[in-house]
Amino acid sequence: MAEGAFPEPSRRGFLNWFLGTAAGAFVLSVLYPVSRYLVPPEVTESTAGTVTLAIKPEEVKPNSGQIFKFGSRPGILVRTSQGELRAFTAVCTHLNCTVQYRPDLQHIWCACHNGHFDLNGRNIEGPPPRPLDAFVVNARGNQIIVSKGA
Amino acid sequence: MPGEEERHGRLWTWLDQRVGLAEIEYLARKKEIPIHRHTAWYYLGGMTLFLFLAQIGTGILLLFYYRPSAEEAFESIQFLMAEVEFGWLIRSIHSWAANLMVFTLFLHLGSVLLLKAYRPPREVTWVSGVLLMGLAMGFGFTGYLLPWNELAYFATKVGSEITGAVPVAGGFLRRLLRGGDEVTGATLTRFYGIHVAVLPAITGMVLGLHLYLVQRHGMSVPLAVERSGEPRRMMRFMPNFLLRDLVGWLSALAILAALAAFLPAELGRKADPFLPAPIGIKPEWYFMFMFQTLKYLPAHILGIEGEVVGILGFGLGGLFLLLVPFLDRRAARGERSLLFTWIGLGIIVYMIVLTYLGYTASATK
Repeated sequence: MAEGAFPEPSRRGFLNWFLGTAAGAFVLSVLYPVSRYLVPPEVTESTAGTVTLAIKPEEVKPNSGQIFKFGSRPGILVRTSQGELRAFTAVCTHLNCTVQYRPDLQHIWCACHNGHFDLNGRNIEGPPPRPLDAFVVNARGNQIIVSKGA
Repeated sequence: MPGEEERHGRLWTWLDQRVGLAEIEYLARKKEIPIHRHTAWYYLGGMTLFLFLAQIGTGILLLFYYRPSAEEAFESIQFLMAEVEFGWLIRSIHSWAANLMVFTLFLHLGSVLLLKAYRPPREVTWVSGVLLMGLAMGFGFTGYLLPWNELAYFATKVGSEITGAVPVAGGFLRRLLRGGDEVTGATLTRFYGIHVAVLPAITGMVLGLHLYLVQRHGMSVPLAVERSGEPRRMMRFMPNFLLRDLVGWLSALAILAALAAFLPAELGRKADPFLPAPIGIKPEWYFMFMFQTLKYLPAHILGIEGEVVGILGFGLGGLFLLLVPFLDRRAARGERSLLFTWIGLGIIVYMIVLTYLGYTASATK
């Protein structure tokens, strides 16, 4: 039936090719912007290398730790039992959970998969593959200033 | 049937045995399009449908970046327009397709009204169509607020204030709509929910009914053509009319793409509830005739507030529109029905004139 209805197969073939190409071009011209749109743009990380915390040095008790904001990511401020202030990124190097200070163990611990870090940020037990990045902490008078290590 | 297998292939046969493709094919193929001097109006419904599909697609994409809160809505759209690749395009298409869709919807409804295509057995098709128009306006009203810019904020204040003029239940309805006494972040979240969940769900059902009925009844032949008694010429819906429909869709797409590229949607300034409304504030064009009518009404009519009279009037007008197939008894019997032609023309002229005045009359008077 198809043969008899179209006595000029070459013209039909051309039209089909033309329609197919046009349809393909249309689909591509929709898919390209949509696929690009779906990819989120890079959010510029806070370039500030220094953060002044909203807590005073005397408010951080020995053998305790707390989370602070360093740009868009959490950091952890720790005062050791000896009274020394230290700060690290609070993002576990295993699967990005936020770590916490365990006074009973006197070191940093990640609750998600039981990862342990010592007070130098080194991964000492559990799954974390790398140490936490350390920050430089300066307590000047009433302020605690945390900055990225040089 | 031995020929069936060859004609469609094995996948078709497999599916047919399970979901009944042959019945769908029958429904699609039995439909025929009457050819006469008013045939062009038959394309408008399909074009409205196409623009609605564009709204679904771009709307879903916008959800990926949009944040529905007073603190973040404006910024998330700013981010979308400035940072996201093709974000401006997706949003502009969503904004323009909304306007074009309401426009083609009005034309579609107007043509159906004047050609009296609501005659039996198509009353339910008409009622579902009028409901779809109401839903489209609901989409427009709720969607307008979502960018949380100055114009949207005040337009919503005015628009939701109007519900407060409804007798007895007004205050309650206004609170219900706003999610509180004022237009706040709660209103934004509420409108967002209505815009992306409530209205799409209802529209899906009503639109499904509408399209099913159109397919079931086929195209209505205008009364005048029917009465002239000429021999009727027909065109098959599949594929002849469908392909013409596609040309219409592509034309709409071309217009849409041109508008989105050359006149991208604007964002304006972030809404600030502690600033006065900007001078010359206007609603979207399809609400303009109502907005302008409310401006002209005196403060009191027969002891009732003018605003209340106006809103009652629009409510009755909408009810009248909904009931046209049941009121127009002459057309239902297949007789000429000049009265309803004049009423239809009257409504259309009224809307055009008031819209024109809305855009030309001085805003400060």
